[in-house]
Amino acid sequence: MKIIATALEGIAGIEWYPIIGLFIFLIFFIILVIRVMNLNQDDESEYSQLPLDNSDKFMKEQKNHVN
Amino acid sequence: MELQKFTYDNKIARLFMNATILWGIVGMLVGLTIALELVLPLMSGGVSWLSFGRLRPLHTNAVIFAFVGNGMFTGIYYSAPRLLKTAMYSELLGRIHFWGWQLIIVAAALTLPFGFTVGKEYAELEWPIDIAIALIWVVFGLNLIMTTVKRRTKHIYVAIWFYIATFVTVAVLHIVNSINLPVSLLKSYPIYAGIQDALVQWWYGHNAVAFFLTTPYLGLMYYFIPKAANRPVYSYKLSIIHFWALIFLYIWAGPHHLLYTALPDWAQALGVVFSVMLIAPSWGGMINGLLTLRGAWDKVRESPVLKMFVVAVTAYGMSTFEGPLLSLKSVNALSHFTDWTIAHVHIGALGWNGMMTFGMLYWLMPRLYKTQLFSTKLANWHFWLAKTGMLFFAIPLYFAGFTQSLMWKEFTAEGYLKYPNFIETVTQVIPMYWLRVLGGTLYITGVIMMIYNLIMTAKAGTFVPTEEDEAPALEAQPVHTDRGHRIIEGKPLLFTLLALVAILIGGIVEFLPMFMIKSNVPTISSVQPYTPLELEGRDIYLRDGCYTCHSQMVRPFRSEVERYGDYSKAGESVYDHPFQFGSKRTGPDLAREGVKGGPMYKPNSWHYNHFMSPQKMVAESIMPPFPWLINNDLDYSSIAKKISVMQTLGVPYPDGFENQAKDHLLKQANEIAQGLRNEGIEVADTKEVIALIAYIQRLGTDIHKTDNTSAFTNK
Repeated sequence: MKIIATALEGIAGIEWYPIIGLFIFLIFFIILVIRVMNLNQDDESEYSQLPLDNSDKFMKEQKNHVN
Repeated sequence: MELQKFTYDNKIARLFMNATILWGIVGMLVGLTIALELVLPLMSGGVSWLSFGRLRPLHTNAVIFAFVGNGMFTGIYYSAPRLLKTAMYSELLGRIHFWGWQLIIVAAALTLPFGFTVGKEYAELEWPIDIAIALIWVVFGLNLIMTTVKRRTKHIYVAIWFYIATFVTVAVLHIVNSINLPVSLLKSYPIYAGIQDALVQWWYGHNAVAFFLTTPYLGLMYYFIPKAANRPVYSYKLSIIHFWALIFLYIWAGPHHLLYTALPDWAQALGVVFSVMLIAPSWGGMINGLLTLRGAWDKVRESPVLKMFVVAVTAYGMSTFEGPLLSLKSVNALSHFTDWTIAHVHIGALGWNGMMTFGMLYWLMPRLYKTQLFSTKLANWHFWLAKTGMLFFAIPLYFAGFTQSLMWKEFTAEGYLKYPNFIETVTQVIPMYWLRVLGGTLYITGVIMMIYNLIMTAKAGTFVPTEEDEAPALEAQPVHTDRGHRIIEGKPLLFTLLALVAILIGGIVEFLPMFMIKSNVPTISSVQPYTPLELEGRDIYLRDGCYTCHSQMVRPFRSEVERYGDYSKAGESVYDHPFQFGSKRTGPDLAREGVKGGPMYKPNSWHYNHFMSPQKMVAESIMPPFPWLINNDLDYSSIAKKISVMQTLGVPYPDGFENQAKDHLLKQANEIAQGLRNEGIEVADTKEVIALIAYIQRLGTDIHKTDNTSAFTNK
């Protein structure tokens, strides 16, 4: 591990990198939440239908049968 | 729009399905065996590869990587092409993935019971197998990501995000935690040592739970629950938010496995805070899963598939509520090292992973064979057996955990430990261990019924090797103006990269200061490397899985200091490749075992007799006998290489010491063996037990030394 530690120590201001990383993520996350909250209702409904969208012949054939 | 025809390959899903069933029952039977060994310690009959310490890693590896691993691949190979409206990118890569993964499992089964292990929990496999895992994992990831690239849907459904996050994170975790320096083909030492190794290991261990046992199964939940209930997921918005929050927060929480240890306080606090925050995204997933069934609860009453899913998601919710609770320091002080942890992980394994897998199999098998389930009644029986089995397993272990912890900590009015003999706290929980055996038996009985049911279902139908579907090409679909999260979802490679960044941040925040700031691991001048004989003894300790029952970490509690001796310091384990803090005290802590005058010290002859027959020394002991230690000759042929590897890792043996190591080893072995012979025990110098005794008698002694000169000069 000394090899890694030595290499890292040579980078100026390395101690700020993780903090910057955390802030980048937080900003990403806040924007994400705002965007998601404003997601179009139609789009949301279209996405959530995706698993059911397949032409699942089996389910149609077995319509009246419960597993 | 012109529709393109394509086919889904059911053969690969069936291969993985058969594998998950096979390895599931194997892994569970090994689990039942070791549960029995804890109440019938002589059961292993003195056979090394049947002993608890050797089989416990086999159990955990089989259940996690073989049962759950093949389970997740079954679901992924079935759902991903259907969600992306395309065949998998490459059938060949799928086959390489399948057979490669099974070979890895076989390699694990052929090495772990025979003592080839790195000695780090859930990362025990030796370096050639680790490399194979990395390669096969890349094959899987390539196939998955390229399938998303060639999809015919504009939007990538949330289940696929969970699959991608699983691929990316497990790759990072596995590679970082498995960097070892080989000594031989089946022996290596991790490059990290002591507290740093512990931090990396539990960052891995905790996130193996997160990204191997949780995220892929959340993906399966988002596909199979809507399918089985025939209704869309409750809130798609919630799924997006809980996905990003979950993958980001999980990665920070690893240090909660190391509370009250020698890990610096800031790292412990970080782990606790993020663990508590994890409740939010975890419960977001649980709520989303359960509320998908809103208005469909009548179906749950009739469908064993949905019943299984409901219990699975509820177990997930319970487990992810309990996890943050356990990471609170005050709760952890009670729960850590006890059976409480075992109960907690089995709610996750038996409840969340087990029930999700069973539900998926009951749903899938009739579809792959174009028939109906052979017996719904039998499946309902399985459901109730599994549920009862889980309760019989977990509830007694919760009581065992509370009981043992409270007994460890209880003082008399005079200020002495009320139960100074560790064995008193063991015998008290034996009835709970029997109930655990009963719970496990019920659970496995249910699985056997499921296997019969699934075989009969397959027999009644005809396998459908491929299914046809059609969809317009992606380019032919109308272009929407991409907004918000949609921009990321439409670009799988960018999405993968962002997921990688999200999971790397937490790891880097934890690791950088630990590796760079020397004040985090204060050096202790009297701490010296192990002698060659002790190093060989330590390797035997790893080989026989002693760490599965014994910790080496005295926490700074009055009750522990009284029972074991001075609390453990970070600087004491700086030469421990790997660390051996342990996670469970089925037997007592051994961190101060060698301190003469300490509460744990026993003479060499005691240890010799104890390894031969623990019950001879402590009548009620549940430790198995280790006769092979007495009979086997110590193989010290690679000691020079071991010392060289340790030197490369930064352990300060003097230059050229590797050439003197053998003589040093033989001299120390002779001293110990002569001491035993003086007490009337006939033993040759170079038996394995001598090395193990040397190691055990070294434990915890460094900080009690008054002479700080090197042990390796002029010997």
